[in-house]
Amino acid sequence: MNYISIYNNQTIALNDIPVLGYKDFRNINLELLSDQPERHCVSYFGYKDNDKIKLFCCIADDATHQIYVSSSMVDMNTIRPSFSAQNHNFEKFEREIHENFGIPYSDHPWLKPYRYSHNRYDENKTIENYPFYKGQCEELHEVGVGPIHAGIIEPGHFRFICNGEQIMHLEIQFGYQHRGIEQLFLQKKKLLERTTLAESIAGDTTVGHTTAFVNLWESLCGYVPDPSLDYARTLALELERIAVHTGDLAAICGDIAYQLGNAVLGRLRTPMINFFQEWGGSRLAKGLIRAGKINYPFNQEHADRLNEILKAYEPDFGEITEKLFRLPSALSRMEKTGVVSYNEVLEIGTVGMAARMSGLKRDIRTSHPYNLYGKTIVHQPVLKHHGDVYSRAQIRKEEIKQSIGYLKKLIANVPEFNKPEDVSLTPASGKFVLSLIEGWRGEICHCAITDDSGNLVAYKIKDPSHHNWMALAQAVRNNDISDFPICNKSFNFSYSGHDL
Amino acid sequence: MFDNLKIMWHQGKQFIPDVTTAKVPGIFRGRPLISMANVDETVLTDLCPTKAISGNPVCIDLGKCTFCGECAVQFPDKIRFTSDYKLSTNERERLIIKEGDEASIMVNPENVRKEIHRLFGGSLKLRQVSAGGDGSCELELNATNNVQFDVSRFGIDFVASPRHADGIVITGPISENMAEPLEICYNAIPNPKIIILAGTDAISGGIFTGSPALNRSFLDNHPVDLYIPGNPVHPLTFVNGVLSLLRKG
Ligand code: SF4
Repeated sequence: MNYISIYNNQTIALNDIPVLGYKDFRNINLELLSDQPERHCVSYFGYKDNDKIKLFCCIADDATHQIYVSSSMVDMNTIRPSFSAQNHNFEKFEREIHENFGIPYSDHPWLKPYRYSHNRYDENKTIENYPFYKGQCEELHEVGVGPIHAGIIEPGHFRFICNGEQIMHLEIQFGYQHRGIEQLFLQKKKLLERTTLAESIAGDTTVGHTTAFVNLWESLCGYVPDPSLDYARTLALELERIAVHTGDLAAICGDIAYQLGNAVLGRLRTPMINFFQEWGGSRLAKGLIRAGKINYPFNQEHADRLNEILKAYEPDFGEITEKLFRLPSALSRMEKTGVVSYNEVLEIGTVGMAARMSGLKRDIRTSHPYNLYGKTIVHQPVLKHHGDVYSRAQIRKEEIKQSIGYLKKLIANVPEFNKPEDVSLTPASGKFVLSLIEGWRGEICHCAITDDSGNLVAYKIKDPSHHNWMALAQAVRNNDISDFPICNKSFNFSYSGHDL
Repeated sequence: MFDNLKIMWHQGKQFIPDVTTAKVPGIFRGRPLISMANVDETVLTDLCPTKAISGNPVCIDLGKCTFCGECAVQFPDKIRFTSDYKLSTNERERLIIKEGDEASIMVNPENVRKEIHRLFGGSLKLRQVSAGGDGSCELELNATNNVQFDVSRFGIDFVASPRHADGIVITGPISENMAEPLEICYNAIPNPKIIILAGTDAISGGIFTGSPALNRSFLDNHPVDLYIPGNPVHPLTFVNGVLSLLRKG
């Protein structure tokens, strides 16, 4: 066998993953993806094993619900052909591997710094000196934006090459948010420390990333969670989706100067996040998701309260979105703005909303179910086909309605919760485990590897933004630079999730 | 036109009339109360993910606390978080809550620079810089200006250009890669100017303490005017904190 097939959240022995020569490793993984849109690379990473690098490639198959994992042991000096030259899906992964370990590639098309991680291989590369692509032409000019942006958001640098008002090219530079999270996962050994780290990967996806972590951790420790825990996580994931989508629709309205939409949708987000506080004491759900337990059990009172909130939300949400999507001045700003085609998203390898907006069906809730998905919640992804701001706004509207349906279904039947008591969780030794979650933004992937004494030797985190930022760069081409903010907002990717 | 009026009518009144007395819904982990109950202090101090709890006497440092609530769940007789969201102060030591302490956390007016009230009392423009912030404090700072909290009504605004700002609000543990942009931004703000640290990550590094990817030297070189604890900061904590700094001493 060239690879091992596993399911989401399945822990396997590290030794069961075939170790291939690099040539086979590359061929097999490229072959797995060739002309197969239902397959995508969810993680490709390495860790240092003595003086070599062990690489792991994980290809998810949405049709079979399996993940194909293979590995290869390489030294750091041999120049090798890249995966990326054949398939652009791997471009970011290989840049990351190159940055961390210095593995040289002979034919990588875009081998630039990835996030300037503190433990990068080449410390002479510094964030001030990022090698931006240049347009050598007197007609063109460059516009630099960031790292600090106008509003209250995270930092990152955008470099535009423009012909007058028109964007010809956008390059996005990352790394400003790098906090060394993956390294801290290994350094900090207590479960609560690691859970807190997971909560801080991307503050707008607290539930998503923390659920990915706890699902993974429980599997690694051979612990089967009580159904009430699956229930709480599923509920929280859908609640987070509604809250963020609502806020994003407000932000889109803000960027097209539709003040009423901005104010109404902005305030509609509040009851959702306030409900998180009523349930678990934090508006952004910090402290809520825990491995092996939940400190804030969900009870019938919570269910009744949430029901009330949804009842009040629905008519107001329906009214404002109906208005928004009929308003000619709003439509003219959203339609055909920031288009990314099906072929382009496939080539980039986007996930989540940034795939579904262009007809590419990627949704882990359906393809690799976890928690209550595939059981209580049988999910059908919302697909759009134009790949423009309008499609992205529509997806949010429809997903909100869908998620409200899921919440109602869940709260109609509140399970018994146990008292919040710590269970003993000890990671098994010599294991590999991979956990996938469909956060509101898209596919989140966490991988962990333990050594013979059960210590973590690698913890790999992938936020959907890793794949998706490229879609923004592609979307703005040939658009006016004044449409950049709305394009950006309509995607709403994460800097911290990317930089880790 | 009529649609718009109808939509507006359906919103009812959303703003919080008095942000200094508003109640937060449900449970909220605000200022903790630590009782004199006897507990195993080693177990208690050990469980905290950010070493915010120290023993003998038992104290919680709100500048380090991530408000995860675990200590209160495991030691309910010892630690209880109240819904008091007024957590801000201008002195770092005031964030350390000792067992038996029941007093509110306040700004020490003695140590507020005299020009702060005179110059910024009626209007304060702030430039926010996220330096490794995970986005949560940033979301909550944005929320301070939504229709509910509406911080603009006090003349407090976030501005785009540091040249227009009277001070800086820092979120995040200050990553190495943001250290220089932060310094440049701060230098671009005209004097006199204030520094506000918003959130546990900014105040102490939070869960990122010890990461070699941080560079917090900015804080060694510049005086901090206000600490606003939270993970993330609650909009009411922010609004009340800034108001208490600006208030006449
Ligand atoms: S609530 Fe604060 S003090 Fe208590 S365990 Fe969590 S971080 Fe530590």
